[in-house]
Amino acid sequence: MKLHLKIWRQKGPQEAGSFKDYSVDNASEHMSFLEMLDFLNTSLVQKGEEAVQFDHDCREGICGSCSLVINGNPHGPETGTATCQLHMRKFKDGDTIVIEPFRAKAFPVIRDLSVNRTAFDRIMEAGGFCSVNTGNAPEANAILIGKETAEKAMDSAACIGCGACVAACKNASAMLFVSAKVSQLALLPQGNPERGRRVRNMVAQMDQEMFGACSNTGSCEAACPKEIKLENIARLNREMVRAAWVE
Amino acid sequence: MLDSKIPSGPIDQKWKNRKFESNLVNPANRRKHTVIVVGTGLAGASAAATLGEQGYRVKVFTFHESPRRAHSIAAQGGINAAKNYQNDGDSVYRLFYDTIKGGDFRSREANVYRLAEVSVNIIDQCVAQGVPFAREYGGTLTNRSFGGTQVSRTFYAKGQTGQQLLLGAYSSLMRQAGQKTIEIFSRQEMVDLIVVEGKARGIIARNLVTGELTTHTADAVILATGGYGNVFFLSTNAKQSNASACWRAHKRGAYFANPCFTQIHPTCVPVSGDYQSKLTLMSESLRNDGRVWVPLKAGEKRAPGDIPENERDYFLERMYPAFGNLVPRDIASRAAKRMCDEGRGVGPTGLSVYMDFRDSIQRLGHATISEKYGNLFQMYEKITDENPYQVPMRIFPAVHYTMGGLWVDYNLMSSIPGLFVAGEANFSDHGANRLGASALMQGLADGYFVIPYSIANYIGGTKLSPIKNDHESAKATLAESQTRLEALMKAKGSQSVDQLHRKLGKIIWDNCGMARNEAGLNEAMVSIQKLKEEFANDVRVPGDNQLNSELEKANRVADFLELGELMCLDALERKESCGGHFREEMQTPEGEALRDDKNFSHVAAWEFTGKTPKLHKEALVFENIHLAQRSYK
Repeated sequence: MKLHLKIWRQKGPQEAGSFKDYSVDNASEHMSFLEMLDFLNTSLVQKGEEAVQFDHDCREGICGSCSLVINGNPHGPETGTATCQLHMRKFKDGDTIVIEPFRAKAFPVIRDLSVNRTAFDRIMEAGGFCSVNTGNAPEANAILIGKETAEKAMDSAACIGCGACVAACKNASAMLFVSAKVSQLALLPQGNPERGRRVRNMVAQMDQEMFGACSNTGSCEAACPKEIKLENIARLNREMVRAAWVE
Repeated sequence: MLDSKIPSGPIDQKWKNRKFESNLVNPANRRKHTVIVVGTGLAGASAAATLGEQGYRVKVFTFHESPRRAHSIAAQGGINAAKNYQNDGDSVYRLFYDTIKGGDFRSREANVYRLAEVSVNIIDQCVAQGVPFAREYGGTLTNRSFGGTQVSRTFYAKGQTGQQLLLGAYSSLMRQAGQKTIEIFSRQEMVDLIVVEGKARGIIARNLVTGELTTHTADAVILATGGYGNVFFLSTNAKQSNASACWRAHKRGAYFANPCFTQIHPTCVPVSGDYQSKLTLMSESLRNDGRVWVPLKAGEKRAPGDIPENERDYFLERMYPAFGNLVPRDIASRAAKRMCDEGRGVGPTGLSVYMDFRDSIQRLGHATISEKYGNLFQMYEKITDENPYQVPMRIFPAVHYTMGGLWVDYNLMSSIPGLFVAGEANFSDHGANRLGASALMQGLADGYFVIPYSIANYIGGTKLSPIKNDHESAKATLAESQTRLEALMKAKGSQSVDQLHRKLGKIIWDNCGMARNEAGLNEAMVSIQKLKEEFANDVRVPGDNQLNSELEKANRVADFLELGELMCLDALERKESCGGHFREEMQTPEGEALRDDKNFSHVAAWEFTGKTPKLHKEALVFENIHLAQRSYK
């Protein structure tokens, strides 16, 4: 298949970027989206031109490295799919595809399509853990957790930290990311002792990183490659209220 | 002969004895000692977090933007532990026995026993961190079965066990970062090891964003940088997984052990075209409910659903009735290859076999199968555009894991004092074949429970003179790194790094893959020599010295070329078949691997000399488990 690509090129965080046009002539519909970009990059390198920088690693939809806004959608047109799992069979021969980085104040562009998402790490550092030192754990089956609760916690824990929720939100809010972690640990008994501290500290750090307020439009849920649910945000809000009253 | 420093005493007392004999570092003194951890997968993150908790000053390096993106995250199926929650005959000793046998008697008894021993503590630790393992309605933990065992000892979190365990270790790591015991250097890659007076004293790191090279000194260095499966270009490893940190350490004096022991995983999505960038694993757990088969006749053209039961060959069940579809990986992979060699492979290329869930869906229902494997089925459908609930999956073996790695003693210390190696990066526990769900176990055992003792023992018992960044060795190492990178930048050839890397992968896959022979290995070594010259003369690395993926790849592929050559040499030298290393010249009449315990019951540890590598041997002594031909029939 033949494709026209409009790709955002930007030298560095302080420099202005712009769209550049490229065309790919012999793409296969069985290629993944990133393989199509590899294919483009090989041809650029052979001509001595700079390859397009983009983040990727596992290419199985689990490491959360890949990003890209494709035709206006974080991770492209398919629901519940990370860019690395998107295949060219979802596009048509002759299509024009616009490829941009995730855009948010808290995610500065490093180069081209590669952005800095370390703000998420700092939010985790603020409270996304259970305080238990190695060697200090009780026997695993001493903590009973019902199947439904364990599965709910697992659904929240499935977040890959890619930041699509932020890229999709008009306020660039990180509520879905933060709430998924808060929910996982609030649902489980292990997370109980530091429940209030955790939610307060994580939300405070989120604000400090300049993520916006929740827009309540649910675009984060629609863009999430792991289909993390909005109910996590509701739970985060409840946890904040609970923290104010109980702790 | 190498000294593996195995503690004295009976097998179940060795680890206790070592812990008691071990030197310790006073809690107040620990903050005076800096430890560098390279890599933030299960082994690295768990080691760093634990050392941070204990009060050491820890510097953590990862080439990823965040520690959470390390490749451990992609592990699907589960983690073994000898909890015997199912009351089905499991014990520490049985896990030990299964692992030694699964590894085809090429691993070290004492290490494997310790691994089985601490496996139970790992599950406790992970649960306490909030890892959402699968559970029964009553609230207790549940298990599933994996290959090469007859008990159910695998703990799991849907098909995302690696992700959940890594996020657990990552959360502990970030907690320590918040407490300032750990400093994290993300998007920074180790490019060399600093060795002073024969001891590892630091690293040179390259900041991938700015291109800057910096010196970091320390009292000990831990490499937890994963395996080298990407030598093959196509593997189930993440695209950026690489062997450079280990290879640079090797060139500074760390021995490389059993490099030819690579694991070819039987159940991966088959290759679809020459643009393919990587291969995707379908978890071994699927073999609990999926039946593997090929048509009875060669050249069968009918759709799988149209082939009647009596014209199907469920070859694993036929050949290995005791273990059926759950034979170890090396055995399942070779059997699948044999079917394809007989012309009975399926799919457009004839290089795949079916894994069929029809019977399980009938027996257990769509909902149960979807609950167990939903995300894997979805992943398969995204890649192939076929629905595995309706048509059988097509699978083929692919490179997945490397049992070989830097040589370490019982304390996980390499042949360079002060350099420790943990997780897949070392060679220690899996022999010639790793059992499913044991990689996660080993990574966390090393990081949470072994490395902390080893570091205390080393630092507490070694005189370490103070060292500054402007030490002569550090300056010289920095200058060498600079020169090497500049040379790569100057290359103005006509081929991209990937093109050359694919060529290397093909040479190794064809000659040092699922089956090896003397002629092929000799030929491969000549081809790699030529490819090295081609790389030096014809690679093209455009762009600048800042964030530049082409430069990063070139730097790594240069090392893969050298490592690939050593893999072939090691495979050539090991004139026996064992586990994943199958020399065609040495097989039983039934086509199974034929070991030669008299001549090859040893670890082959290679020393870098600049010319022909020098072979050192560590004898493997089996005091507890009787050496026998593996049988899964």
